Amino acid sequence: MKHSVRACLLVLCCGCVPVASATEIRTFKDTTEQLRYEQLVEELRCLVCQNQSLADSDADLARDLRDEVYQIIRSGKSDEEAVQFLVERYGDFVLYRPPVKPITWLLWLGPFVALAGGLLFIRSRTRQHAATRSPELSAAERERLRQLEGDTRK
Amino acid sequence: MIAELGHLALVMALMMALLQAGFPLAGAAGGVPLWMAVARGAGRAQCFFLLAAFGCLAASFALNDFSVAYVAQHSNSALPLYYRLSAVWGGHEGSMLLWATILGLWTLAVTIFSRSLTEDFVARVLGVMGLVSIGILLFILLTSNPFERLAVPPADGNDLNPLLQDFGMTIHPPMLYMGYVGLSVAFSFAVAALLSGSLDAAWARWSRPWTLVAWTFLTAGITLGSWWAYYELGWGGWWFWDPVENASFMPWLVATALIHSLAVTEKRGAFKAWTVLLAIFAFSLSLLGTFLVRSGVLTSVHAFATDPARGLFILVLLGVVIGGSLMLYGLRAPAVRDNARYELVSRENLLLLNNILLVTAAGSILLGTLYPLVVDALGLGKISVGPPYFDAVFAPVMAPVFLLAGTGLLFPWRSANLTAIAHRTRWLALLSLAAGIVTMAVFWSLRDIKTLATITLAIWLVVTAGYTLWSRIRLREHWLAGLRSQSRGVYGMTLAHAGLAVVLIGIALSGRYTVEKTVRLAPNETVAIGDYVFTFRGTTRVEGPNYTASQGEFAVRSGTREVILKPEKRAYRVQRNTMTEAAIDPGLTRDLYVALGEPMDNSAWSVRLYYKPFIRWIWLGGLCMALGGVLAASDKRYRVAARQKAALSATPSSATA
Repeated sequence: MKHSVRACLLVLCCGCVPVASATEIRTFKDTTEQLRYEQLVEELRCLVCQNQSLADSDADLARDLRDEVYQIIRSGKSDEEAVQFLVERYGDFVLYRPPVKPITWLLWLGPFVALAGGLLFIRSRTRQHAATRSPELSAAERERLRQLEGDTRK
Repeated sequence: MIAELGHLALVMALMMALLQAGFPLAGAAGGVPLWMAVARGAGRAQCFFLLAAFGCLAASFALNDFSVAYVAQHSNSALPLYYRLSAVWGGHEGSMLLWATILGLWTLAVTIFSRSLTEDFVARVLGVMGLVSIGILLFILLTSNPFERLAVPPADGNDLNPLLQDFGMTIHPPMLYMGYVGLSVAFSFAVAALLSGSLDAAWARWSRPWTLVAWTFLTAGITLGSWWAYYELGWGGWWFWDPVENASFMPWLVATALIHSLAVTEKRGAFKAWTVLLAIFAFSLSLLGTFLVRSGVLTSVHAFATDPARGLFILVLLGVVIGGSLMLYGLRAPAVRDNARYELVSRENLLLLNNILLVTAAGSILLGTLYPLVVDALGLGKISVGPPYFDAVFAPVMAPVFLLAGTGLLFPWRSANLTAIAHRTRWLALLSLAAGIVTMAVFWSLRDIKTLATITLAIWLVVTAGYTLWSRIRLREHWLAGLRSQSRGVYGMTLAHAGLAVVLIGIALSGRYTVEKTVRLAPNETVAIGDYVFTFRGTTRVEGPNYTASQGEFAVRSGTREVILKPEKRAYRVQRNTMTEAAIDPGLTRDLYVALGEPMDNSAWSVRLYYKPFIRWIWLGGLCMALGGVLAASDKRYRVAARQKAALSATPSSATA
């Protein structure tokens, strides 16, 4: 069902039909410039859609913003300047790559802190296990397992 | 009348769920065999009533009963019967009913295939499933009743969203829900084991086939969803890290960890508490995923707050299920003894490491999915978390998973000698590297280090899986006897690991070498991508049952071979939206993908063309993994165990707590 809701919501909001209609015909100085443009519109969010990048959206606003990005790139400005321009107008919400600032520290560092915690957990666990010298299965468990296996062989 | 019968059946199902939860759980706790015996009958009756309710809703759709609000919202008399039936799960209320019905089917399956289990254990498993069902059915009846009538029925319905009028979307939701809900069986086994205090190897063995089947459905469901997004959404992508996609991916990652952890628990008696915790996590994430998608919280935190009935119910239900099971875990887990011994370098630990990585990956996705919601709800501003974030965080966590999925197979249980393994398998590593380098040098470029690394990794996965199989076969005198003596579990594992490699290759090559062109084409103009020459022959008008389309015709020529592709731009009459139907020439090594953009002057169109190498491998690999799951779940020992009726009921269940 995952897409259906997305789809329904998409249809509800102004013109965000999820189809690749970003079909303006653009000319670029070279492929580097083209790639820069393509990557930028992929990483920027269409503000009036449920969850679509500028590149994927058919909304009028997305079209306008694509034009803006195109003009900025063509005028020889850097990617940062293009992003800066949009963030000043629309805030961080327009960025699919959230900026690193105090409010997103947990977002960016959380996974790696969790991973480090997991590795420490494995270490401590192994130490514990190496220390215990008890039989591997309890007597009751061995009995049950033997019965299980005995039955399987019949 | 039919809708009222459906409503009644739903209420009856709730009654049966109450019986199914109440008596068996109390009976198991108090040792009353008669009460425990209620479980199977109540479970089957519940399933019957749910199927009846589902049938009533389907009948309302088939008969175009637009006095039923849900039918009026999601169907239309011009909609073909086939889509009218799949429209049953085209919206919120019907999806929840599908969820409940599938839970009914899983319950039925447990009542049938549980003859080898002790009576008190079956009572507990079905009791817990009954509890889950009560929650879902109350949710449906109190906040999302699909059988509600309209006082003034409309002349015709609102039609099904055109995106959902498609084969992929017809079978994707049931598949996915089979997986989501299937995890409730693993969850119920885990909770039942916690309740009874018998967390042991036998429990892991019972639980494994169920978990494998659920995982298989989830794998197939996600694969289908990705395939659907690719051909239906028209942007040529196959994954967008959309919250609704993440909602299905998180339980999959944890379920993958779970099937591996269950194997260790069964074979080595280790990780018991961890396995139980994973089962709880996996189902909790399924539930969370269902509700994330269903509650509207994703559109906006504020929409969630304006319709508080559904939202609150969801939060309470999640709190009860997750909080309750974790509390039970907290009470019982400390008493669980893991007495298997293993050293730092051992297969156990590599599997544990893989588990940790998978859970971390799922956790990161959860963090990324919920973060903007939390930030917004706390009034700290609005941020977006999209593909760049997930790519940045997910890739480094998952890369070692792929590496370990191959390497772990080479390690023995208990303790491993690193030098010996390195010595024995160094040629495998060299072979993978050489194969990777040769492939890249011949077909692409050695300068793409990232692609080279991924391809080598994929080959390593295949080589290690193959080597493991071969070293098992080698134990027999004749290779044929060796092949025959391997269990389906072994073949399933091999196929699933190879499938993972296939997915990896698809992702790497299609990601790196896709060529995309957006051009203006007038009739009889051509454009070339590599060896492929696309000629636009113009558009014609086509009438569908509930839409009108401009159909383009493209001749694609490569050498002497020519194919005709007919992409469409459809305007749906009732919902008044346009849809792009891309035309695809599929191939094992490349897809050609054409989508119509906008009409321009002089019957020219803006057109988007893609050359996507190896993209099909992504879904092919997913299919292999799912098939691997089927093979493993049908392993002989589970079937034999199921047939041995008295096997375990004769065994005194250990330490009933």
